[in-house]
Amino acid sequence: MRPLVLSAYTATSCIGHGTGPMLATLRAGRTGLTPCPPQPYGLDTCVGRVAAADDRLLPAALSEFDCRNNRLAFLGLAQDGFSGEVRARIARYGSSRIGVFMGTSTSGVRETEQAFAARDPDTGALPAGFNYAGVHNTFSIAAFVARALQLTGPATVISSACSSSAKVFASARRAIESGLIDAAVVGGVDSLCLTTLHGFNSLQLVSRRPVRPFDAARDGISIGEAAAFALLEPADAAAGAIHLVGTGESSDAHHMSAPHPQGRGARDAMERALHSAGLAPEQIGYINFHGTGTPSNDEAESRAVAACLGTRVPGSSTKGATGHTLGAAGALEVVICALALREGFMPGGVNTTHVDPALPVTYLLGNQDAELQYAMSNSFGFGGSNCSLVLARAN
Amino acid sequence: MAGLGLLGPGLPDWDRGRAILSGASDWHADTTLIPSLTCLPSAERRRTGVPVRIALTAGLQACSHAGVDPATLPAVFTSSGGDGENLHEICTALAAGERQLSPTRFHNSVHNAPSGYWSIATGATPASNALCAHDASFAAGLLEALAQLHAEQRAVLLVAYDAPYPEPLRTVRPIPHAFAVALVLTLQPTPTALARLEVAVGEAPPSTLPSGGLEELRARIPAARSLPMLAQIARAESGTVVLDYLGTLTLSVKVRACP
Repeated sequence: MRPLVLSAYTATSCIGHGTGPMLATLRAGRTGLTPCPPQPYGLDTCVGRVAAADDRLLPAALSEFDCRNNRLAFLGLAQDGFSGEVRARIARYGSSRIGVFMGTSTSGVRETEQAFAARDPDTGALPAGFNYAGVHNTFSIAAFVARALQLTGPATVISSACSSSAKVFASARRAIESGLIDAAVVGGVDSLCLTTLHGFNSLQLVSRRPVRPFDAARDGISIGEAAAFALLEPADAAAGAIHLVGTGESSDAHHMSAPHPQGRGARDAMERALHSAGLAPEQIGYINFHGTGTPSNDEAESRAVAACLGTRVPGSSTKGATGHTLGAAGALEVVICALALREGFMPGGVNTTHVDPALPVTYLLGNQDAELQYAMSNSFGFGGSNCSLVLARAN
Repeated sequence: MAGLGLLGPGLPDWDRGRAILSGASDWHADTTLIPSLTCLPSAERRRTGVPVRIALTAGLQACSHAGVDPATLPAVFTSSGGDGENLHEICTALAAGERQLSPTRFHNSVHNAPSGYWSIATGATPASNALCAHDASFAAGLLEALAQLHAEQRAVLLVAYDAPYPEPLRTVRPIPHAFAVALVLTLQPTPTALARLEVAVGEAPPSTLPSGGLEELRARIPAARSLPMLAQIARAESGTVVLDYLGTLTLSVKVRACP
């Protein structure tokens, strides 16, 4: 593929609003996971919560989109000068030539849950003022981001569970390559809701403790929430700039909620990403694992990584710090890879203490300085939907 | 366009659909016949909802029409809302204070459930996408499929589908019938090709359908916004149709009929 530059990028999660605080938390090796509030969630677990998303109302002009998921997005768009960078691209390309590609798994479903709890006891009707298109539909997050940034071009949501906001990078690059648009705002936003907390719990995939990816004693995920964004446009050659250089997608054709045991689809996605980047496996300097922390996911992923990249590429899962932010995880972890490339360090996996010796990978328990040129980020979701991305730092 | 699949009210498949949309036979209002899936193992089959059934049926029809093995195609699935029955059951349970959700309901709640079941049913391991763009979902899916075709230089399957919500969501989102359409798109003409398509984003007013009943489907079901293009193809005539997209944007589709 022709490389695209990430002219701007930002993320807001439980490890910080914007890349500055986020980098400080990663450097300090801290987790943002905290005990899950009993109200309204009612589950004994730990979560990566962004408390500021609770009560920051949207401006009046955006009130038709007011829900917690879009508030989290709005908070995220306000960091790192991201909106200003988009405005500068509108002046260059025009508002209809910049696409919007957003990943989410549940969008505003927390509002739908609350609306069902507030149904009229006699008629069963939903509360007055229920705004389906603005708040509840899966597309709400892309419609909101487009409106907030005053973009009028092509827009879509990709909702493929936990690979959603990795796949937006692949779709955006195809849309740019085919000439449909000149640049794209891509990202992922997902927020805490009862459906995912209790849904994953019903599958016995949620840990009560903060998640320990790749640990011999790992026992499930911690769910988090995040808003992460990047602005993609055809590459310029500025030294130090971060580029998207490879994308690879695949399907497991195996099971709706369990990975292929040998990581077949994960391996396909990584191999396709390398092929699209024109790179050999040994050129990857750091891999940000999907690393959810369930016994079977980490096992399947480690086999796939060993088969594709060998066992010596240093890697970590940053979900010990952020939790699994589901449909936002792909974009959040792209931002983490961009920081690793920019700052020359590999973030160690937080919470993990004893790497499972059965997993054939080189797992980083602590931060390590390294001049990186290429990093890979993995994202795998329900339905066997896999996506790997390769990012590069320009020399 | 190398193959086409169709399933909607009074439109049981593309052969009947072609006769109706070309004007050779009349359309009669009906409910959509929801097929059962023989392509999935019985354990999986029992777990699938209407969106999975109609999406897979239309997809298989298009592949069969095009004479291609579904396992070889990358796929783009697009829907304005996903599985409303399943969402209703989960939200109802949670509102009643139930915390033990059905694991099957939960994994079926993902928007990419049809994409996942498609891959399981056909053994397809190429990329598969799952889009939602509310009322613009058909056009958004068509653009994604064309961008894939261009960037990857290989044939692609597009499946657009929508299914009705039960009450109380039906009141706020009144999709009247289940509807699915599937297209196999290739770079080069094939022996079965129906038409050559050229698509551009613009702001021309969308085409409508002469039949009141079909026009109502087009207006009320996002996946049925494809109907003006299907009607043009059914008539085997060259010409340009305009499909609804997003905000003031529309898609101009220049259809050149294949002999």
